[in-house]
Amino acid sequence: MKIKELLSPEKGNEYFMLGNEAAVRGVLECGLSLAATYPGTPSSEIGDILYKIAKSANVYFEFSSNEKVAVEVAAAAASTGLRTFSFMKHVGVNVASDSLMSSAYIGVEGSFLLLIADDPSTFSSQNEQDTRHFARQANIPLFEPSNPQEIKDYIHYAYDISDEYDLPVIIRTTTRVSHMRGVVTTDEYTKNTINAGEFKNERLHVPVPEAARVMHKNLVEKINVLREVSNGSPLNKIIDNGADIGIITSGGAYNYVIDVVNQNNLKVNILKIGFSHPYPEELVKQFLENNREVLVVEEVDPINEIETLAIVGKYNLQTKVHGKRDGTLSEIFEYNPNIVFDALRKLLNFEDNRPTPNEKSSIQLPSRPATLCAGCPHRAAYYSARQAINSLNLDVESIHPSDIGCYTLGIAPPYNMANYLMSMGASVGTSCGFSKSTENQPIISFIGDSTFFHAGIPPLINALHNKNKFTLVILDNRITAMTGGQTNPGIPVDGMGQEAPAISIEKIVRAIGVEFVEEINPLNVNKMIEVYKEALKYEGVSVIISKYPCNLINKDDIRSRKYRVDVNQDKCIHCRKCISQLACPSINLVDEKITIDQSCIKCGVCIDVCPVDAIYRKE
Amino acid sequence: MTYNIYICGIGGQGIIKTSIVIGQTALKEKQHVVMSEIHGMSQRGGVVSTELKIGEDESPIIQQGGADLILAFEPVEAVRALEKSNKETVVVVNTSIVLPSTINQQDVDYPEVDEVIKELESKVASVHPMDANKIALTAGHPLSMNMAMLGAVTAIDNFPLSKEDIITTMKENLPPKSIDINLKAFEMGYEACNK
Repeated sequence: MKIKELLSPEKGNEYFMLGNEAAVRGVLECGLSLAATYPGTPSSEIGDILYKIAKSANVYFEFSSNEKVAVEVAAAAASTGLRTFSFMKHVGVNVASDSLMSSAYIGVEGSFLLLIADDPSTFSSQNEQDTRHFARQANIPLFEPSNPQEIKDYIHYAYDISDEYDLPVIIRTTTRVSHMRGVVTTDEYTKNTINAGEFKNERLHVPVPEAARVMHKNLVEKINVLREVSNGSPLNKIIDNGADIGIITSGGAYNYVIDVVNQNNLKVNILKIGFSHPYPEELVKQFLENNREVLVVEEVDPINEIETLAIVGKYNLQTKVHGKRDGTLSEIFEYNPNIVFDALRKLLNFEDNRPTPNEKSSIQLPSRPATLCAGCPHRAAYYSARQAINSLNLDVESIHPSDIGCYTLGIAPPYNMANYLMSMGASVGTSCGFSKSTENQPIISFIGDSTFFHAGIPPLINALHNKNKFTLVILDNRITAMTGGQTNPGIPVDGMGQEAPAISIEKIVRAIGVEFVEEINPLNVNKMIEVYKEALKYEGVSVIISKYPCNLINKDDIRSRKYRVDVNQDKCIHCRKCISQLACPSINLVDEKITIDQSCIKCGVCIDVCPVDAIYRKE
Repeated sequence: MTYNIYICGIGGQGIIKTSIVIGQTALKEKQHVVMSEIHGMSQRGGVVSTELKIGEDESPIIQQGGADLILAFEPVEAVRALEKSNKETVVVVNTSIVLPSTINQQDVDYPEVDEVIKELESKVASVHPMDANKIALTAGHPLSMNMAMLGAVTAIDNFPLSKEDIITTMKENLPPKSIDINLKAFEMGYEACNK
């Protein structure tokens, strides 16, 4: 949608909004003053929009160096009385959790909302973890909207709770809710204040043990009060159809339930839970008493189901509870209309009137995996690393800890340059573990620029202090590429779009005490191979800063290249090194001839790769 | 009743934009509409798909065999989408192929387009193949391909939105300098499918 529409002060306008757009509209309607994030899909678009509108919306916005910092920025600002917002993907909460836990103890004077986007079925993540556990662990209220309109409306409700109870609050979405579009009706747009906070030391903000005990007691008391609020909340509602079988559902799963129920005219009662922590015990008890059997439908872990089972146990109810625990539904992956249809049919045994789907085609289809783009500087860095490793003629495997970003695609052949991956920054820490536990296996690990700033620095300090031996390649492509191209501390632009000091990776690495530091343009593959070979010989921590901008931000430079790259068929000896070892998507084998297609951005790496100069620059 | 549209192709083909124009037009016509889209890794040469439901549904995901219309921006992606189709489904397919960037590393060859169309015809109610890339070039710019595809769907019987409203939404969404080319591609797509 258009920025102008998003910022429109009018009430009652209808727009076709993405869930993430609705989130932005929601916080603006609520008078947001400050927002901080670290980009992560499926929540990335929220930051992309705030980056564009922060100035005109009179909001302070930053891309923090990681999620923990983002939560600290937003929580502290909320302690000065402002309305603040932080948002991230589910695994970002792992990073933020240390401060998040304390922020609930400390509380907020203003209001602090966290939106956390889970990724069931891992469309763009390394795991399927369920954020709702964190709300329980930290004693933070949590809300589960089902669609863009609800994202926006729940933000209003959540901020009010945060205001009234001086607590941080969490809105949990999933990929299919954040990346869903639907019609959203706007509410009034509240004018906010920026930089107008004032920190007052009127109550304790320091959870030293003595204070923490008091804070924890207060927090638990608040959650007990909020359980009553949850019972009466309009976000938790029963759709009573006079049936004796019920469904308890929340978030994106509700959409599948209501569709299956309506399409098949099923006689069931539905309890839609929007305010799910603290769990509305009285309301659920009442629902259980009115139904002989209940099915709990939620994505991913059986959290509301276990809460429901606890209520059955506590009040010694006779209602049968179905869900993930009895195998009616799965504990893995996101749901869809078919999965929910099958689950309801197990319970209600209705007729299957759906059209018969066509079977999968017998034609063998080529797959279309995500690959590094044509001319991606990471490809050059991986090709060179592979050449250097191959030159060692090893009889053991080389070890390649990788990290989170586009460059994780280095896992693919022919590079095979990722064989261990954990989390943001873990390439460096795990390299230390491999260094201490192996003798003759060379270690080259890879981390991106943004990921280095995020969580790569403390483990590099560890690496040096504890006398490890490995080569760390920092793939500095001058952008946070994987999530769509956000700025990071290495770029001279901040989240407001204003000029900002760019932090030098090289200076950080040298300041830590690394002595072998080479900054190089990876497109010079022959030089790059030599640097790798030198680094592999080095007895200690060696760092190669592979620096060249991502194509996403290098468009002007690419456009200015007036030549093209072509193949001289007379010179080509059909060794296929360009295809089998460089594997650039622009290079094709057509009728046994090597050709270069229009996707080529003329990076020129293949010219260096060709052993007989058959690939050349055609002016 | 709900009309279900599954749109598929490759990152960069303008699939999300096309889907948004359809969704906004539904809103304009006061019809209930929901849509799902996949972001993320898709821009690196991967498959992109969106799902649109116009009518009564709340969930943006189409059940297996539930698509009334499949709009495929690429022939192989049309075949991949068959599990969303049934024998009553209508398929509009662009016949211009996009080779997977990893095709040189795969054991599978790209199938013949004629074979792909025959396969589709054997499984669904009707198939409307058209070279949308060629239409776009004739209209004046390769990037107007998605609007040629959009024009085509407005020629489909039972398509729940009016051609005029779609054009109005297009004008609201596209940069003024490219609107003439896009409208031309749209009309040519409409004619190609209306034959």
